[in-house]
Amino acid sequence: MALRRLRIGRALAYVAAVVISLWILAPLYFITVAAFSTFDAVYEYPKQLAPQNVSTDTIRVFLDSEGITESLRRSMYVAAIAMVACLLIGTPAGYALARFKFRGANPFQLALVSTRAFPLIIIAVPLAVTYLRFGIDDTIYGVALAHVAFTLPLTVLITASVFAGISYELEEAAMTLGCGRFSAFRRVALPLALPGVAASTIFIFVTSWNEVFAAAILTLTNRTLPAQMLAALDFSPLPYRLAGGFFLMAPALVVIFFIRKYLLTTWGSAAR
Amino acid sequence: MADIRFEGVRKNFGKFAAVDAVDLEVKDGEFMVLLGPSGCGKTTLLRCLAGLEQVDSGSVHIGDRDATDLPPRRRRIAMVFQSYAVFPHMKVSENIGFGLRMQKEKKSVIEERVRSSAELLHIEELLDRYSSQLSGGQRQRVAVARAIATNADVLLMDEPLSNLDALLRLEMRAELKTLLQSLDATTIYVTHDQIEALSMGDRIAVMNKGRIVQLGNPLEVYDNPADTFVGGFIGSPPMNFLEAKVTTNGGTSSVEVSGGSFGFPGDVAALAGHSLLLGIRAESIGVETAAADGLVRAKVIVLEPLGSYNLVTVRCGEDTLKVSISPELFPQPDSDIWLRLEPTRIRWMDRDTGVAIHTGIEKLATETAVVIS
Repeated sequence: MALRRLRIGRALAYVAAVVISLWILAPLYFITVAAFSTFDAVYEYPKQLAPQNVSTDTIRVFLDSEGITESLRRSMYVAAIAMVACLLIGTPAGYALARFKFRGANPFQLALVSTRAFPLIIIAVPLAVTYLRFGIDDTIYGVALAHVAFTLPLTVLITASVFAGISYELEEAAMTLGCGRFSAFRRVALPLALPGVAASTIFIFVTSWNEVFAAAILTLTNRTLPAQMLAALDFSPLPYRLAGGFFLMAPALVVIFFIRKYLLTTWGSAAR
Repeated sequence: MADIRFEGVRKNFGKFAAVDAVDLEVKDGEFMVLLGPSGCGKTTLLRCLAGLEQVDSGSVHIGDRDATDLPPRRRRIAMVFQSYAVFPHMKVSENIGFGLRMQKEKKSVIEERVRSSAELLHIEELLDRYSSQLSGGQRQRVAVARAIATNADVLLMDEPLSNLDALLRLEMRAELKTLLQSLDATTIYVTHDQIEALSMGDRIAVMNKGRIVQLGNPLEVYDNPADTFVGGFIGSPPMNFLEAKVTTNGGTSSVEVSGGSFGFPGDVAALAGHSLLLGIRAESIGVETAAADGLVRAKVIVLEPLGSYNLVTVRCGEDTLKVSISPELFPQPDSDIWLRLEPTRIRWMDRDTGVAIHTGIEKLATETAVVIS
C-alpha cells in the first residue's frame, strides 16, 4: 500500500517535471524551428512539429535587416566588458567579504542586496540625465557600465558565498607548505571556486545579453541587440521577431551547455 | 631539527586573552603535547608557532631564528590540520608533493619523496585518487604524508586523530608514535584527549585559560598534578578530591574527612593555614572488607566491572569517590567497604587557590619509575 503510494508520488513528480520542462522548452523549440524555416512556413497554421523545409531564409532576412549585425556585435562587446569588469572587481570583493572580518561587512552586504530592491524604472530618468551630463550616453561603454552596475552586487554576493564554502584551512595548509597569501589563493581557493565563479559569469553574460531597458534609454544609434529589436518590434514582420528571439536565447543556451558541469558541481555539492 | 622557544607569547581575540603570557621551551626532536579543554588556547598557541596567527606580544623562536614576524612559509614547519585540509582538486600524489613543488625541488626528487612518504603511511595504492574518494582515515594518512614529505624542522599537529572513530584512533595513535620516533623532527601535538597526551608525549604542557598550568612528562603530570584542574582533567577516572582537616595533637597528626579520620605520619607544617582538599587517585585507595585502625568506612553506590579492574563509586561521609579495585572483588551496592587513604599517595591542594601543597612525604611515581633501554 505504502509502496504503491510511493510509486504514485514518483509518477506525479515525473509528470510535474515534464510539464514544467515543456512549459519552458516548447517555446524555445518553436522559436528555433521558426528561425530555421522558410519565410512562408512561419505564417503557416497549424504549426508543424518538426521543421519541414530547413532553410536559413528567415535568419538571413533578419541579419540583413538594418542595424542588426552591428547591434549583435555591440551586444557581444557590452557583455564581454561587463563580464571582465565584474570578475575583476567582483571576485576579489567576494573573497574579501568571505574571508576577512572588517568593520561594516554586514551593512555592506545588506547594501549590496538592497541595490536589487529598486526597479530600474525608478532610476531611469536620473540615470539618463547623469549619462548626458558625463557625455557617455549612446556609447557601448556607457551601456556596459550600466550592466556592470546591475550585475556587480550579485556577483560579489555569489562569489562571497562560493569562497565562504571553501574551508580557509585549505589555504592555511597551502601557506604552511610554502605558499604566500596570494599564491595560496591562486593555487587552492581559486581552482576550487572556479565552478561558482563560472556560474556567476553566466549570470553576468545572460543578464547583459538580454538587458533591454537601460540599453534602450541610454542609446539611440549605438543600440545593443535587444534595444534594436525593441525599437523595431512594432513594425517588423513575424519572421524577424522569431529570428531575433532565437538570437537572444541561443548564446545563453550555448554558454550554459558548456558551463553546466560547473553549475551542477557547485549547486549539487551545496545541496548535499 | 630545531628547538622551539615561546617567550611571553600573548594573543587576544578582542578582549579575550586566548594565549596569556606563555613561556615554553621545546627541545630539539622532542614530542611535546599541548593538552587542555576546548577554548584553553592550545590551538591558538600552535597557530602562533605556525605563523597563522600574529602574536600580540612576546616572541617565537624556531632553532636559532626569531620567527615572530616570519610568514608561515619561511618557518620551516609542516602542519596537520584537524580537518586534514587535503586539497580536493589534487590527486593524493599532488597533495603529498605540494610542499616540495613550492620549494621548486627537482621532479625526480619530488617523485621519490612522494613515494617514500606514501610508503611510510601505507597509502601507495591511493596516489592516483582524489580526496573525495578516500575515507576519513585515509585522508588523515594523506595529511600526515604531506606534512612529513617536506622534511620540515618542526611538525605541528592539531588534533589529528579527533575525527577518527575510536578503534581507528587507537590504531593510528601507536602508528603515529612509531612513525614520529623514526623521524627527527620536533613535534608539537595539540589534543584535548588526555589519554592521547599521556600515551604519546615525551612531555605534556597542560593548558587552562590561556596559560600553561603544568609542564612535565606524562607520569609526572598524572601522578603529581600541579593543581586541582590538572588532577581533575587528567586520568580516567579523574582524581578524587575530598574536603579535609589536619589536626595535630601532641606529636601525632591526624586527617579528618567527612567520612572519618586517620593518622598522618608526616610533617604537617606546610599544610597549616590552608583550607585543604585531599586529592587521591582511584587506584591509590586501598580497599579492605573489614574495619580496622586507620580505615575510613564507605558505602558502595555502584560497581562497574571493566575487565582489567573493577571501578566502584562509593559514598564516604558527604563525599563521593571513585575507587578502582581488584577485578576479582565484587562489593555489592549498599554494602560497606573500608578505604585506606595512603598518606604517601595523598596530593594536598589548597581549596581556595587549587594549587598543590607538598608535605615532603609524597611517594612520587617518577622516583620509582624504571626505564628499560
